[in-house]
Amino acid sequence: MAERSSTAFFWALFSAGGVAAAFLLPVHVFLFGLAFPLGWIEPPGYESLLGLLQSPVTRLYLLVLCVLSLFHWAHRFRYMLYDGAQIKHLNEVIVVGTYGGAVVGSVVAAYLLFLAV
Amino acid sequence: MAETIVLQVTRYRPEQEAEPTIQEYEVPFTDDWVLLDALNYVKDNIDGSLSFRWSCRMGICGSCGMMVNGEPKLTCAAFVSEYAPGPVRIEPLRYFPIIRDLTTDMTDFMEKLKSVKPWIIRQEEKPISEGEYLQSPEELDRYKQFSMCINCMLCYAACPVYGLDPTFTGPAVIALAQRYNLDSRDQGSRERLELLSDHEGIWGCTFVGECTKVCPKNVDPAGAIQQYKVTATTDWFKSFIMPRGVE
Amino acid sequence: MKGSPAYREFHPKWYRTRVSTYWWLSQWSYRKFMLRELSSVFVAYVIVITLMQAHALGQGRAEYAAFQELMTRPFVVLLNVVTFLFLLLHTITWFNLTPRAIVLRLGGRRVPDLFIIAPNYVAWLVISGVVAWFVLRG
Repeated sequence: MAERSSTAFFWALFSAGGVAAAFLLPVHVFLFGLAFPLGWIEPPGYESLLGLLQSPVTRLYLLVLCVLSLFHWAHRFRYMLYDGAQIKHLNEVIVVGTYGGAVVGSVVAAYLLFLAV
Repeated sequence: MAETIVLQVTRYRPEQEAEPTIQEYEVPFTDDWVLLDALNYVKDNIDGSLSFRWSCRMGICGSCGMMVNGEPKLTCAAFVSEYAPGPVRIEPLRYFPIIRDLTTDMTDFMEKLKSVKPWIIRQEEKPISEGEYLQSPEELDRYKQFSMCINCMLCYAACPVYGLDPTFTGPAVIALAQRYNLDSRDQGSRERLELLSDHEGIWGCTFVGECTKVCPKNVDPAGAIQQYKVTATTDWFKSFIMPRGVE
Repeated sequence: MKGSPAYREFHPKWYRTRVSTYWWLSQWSYRKFMLRELSSVFVAYVIVITLMQAHALGQGRAEYAAFQELMTRPFVVLLNVVTFLFLLLHTITWFNLTPRAIVLRLGGRRVPDLFIIAPNYVAWLVISGVVAWFVLRG
């Protein structure tokens, strides 16, 4: 099998993350970042939200959303650094920093969502 | 009395200067003139030393691409009247080495084009006795848009990724590779995939989309590249599930 | 893939213009592109905030109340407004570019872009509604 660039795999994650972020993140930010803090909509109570969060479906949903979105950021940010900042000679550092950061974020997410709540 | 317009043209004479300079020419024009006419007027009447490429004058040969007011254009397709009262800046095509005045070196593009094997690849040639290849209008429609490329390289002048990293294969070449991949007569997708899917081949593209905007033939190279990324990715995943050699 | 290197690469007299680090400021279409790419940073920020929120929820009422209070601070609200705008930019540009990457053919002809873009927007509204319902139903 010929040596195949792994970029295809990261591009797939980037695309999946882009789709997830496009469909789901706006309503998340709208509710928790704007509507509730600014009093446009009455926020749900603590009990209700905690119950929602503790459901296995919610945990999985949030985990998938976090992982995909983080890898979306990582891939896009990597190329932003290549093209925008022209630091492609720091390639190895960038790859580790971006995808590594996404991995760390994913692990944190998994821990928070499945073990700490 | 003819209207005139000032052209601010890049001059670069390597035998006498280390860097490009700008020279101004005042040129008469009428409604039907294109910038190529203006440049030819300069060469015929004002300054015979000005060097630039052109051929068909009708937007099919792809020779006369230059930067016009910072935008990649075919000078045979840019009417002078649209730039009046001017002045108009005419520079050589961006992101290519400048040989002289408005002529750039195309070798990089030519090498990359050859590398993706832009011809029908068959596992076995069909002998003439078996007749011609038949292709339905639907099959033609799949690749026709990408076959309209005239190799003018305006898309390369628009692509910042190519500008930053000359190892990037570039819009037109990938679009042409896709033109053959999608051609029902071709059996060379796998060969091209292995050439293109290495790191610089297609993955450098961040879908800026400028290439499609400047293309005079509506080839949509950006679309071709994204479609190719999908193909390459699907193939990558398949290569883990299915053994090599399954077509 | 290389031609004769002596002819092409090291020809001393050819002039190679260096691309500026600020190439992306030089024309509007490039600036739009950079803004679109920048939206990915805000995507990451939303994930961070979401995880902070989940953590606060898990730590108890007091912690969560503190988180909610943090969300009302003017600086955070401003950041969230900016974030929301960037997320909209991401969503809109993503949907509008989808038909260029995914080509659907029906009856031998290419499905027009609008028929691919519009369902995305509809789905987005429906999905947002479903998420909001889950959050708000109490």
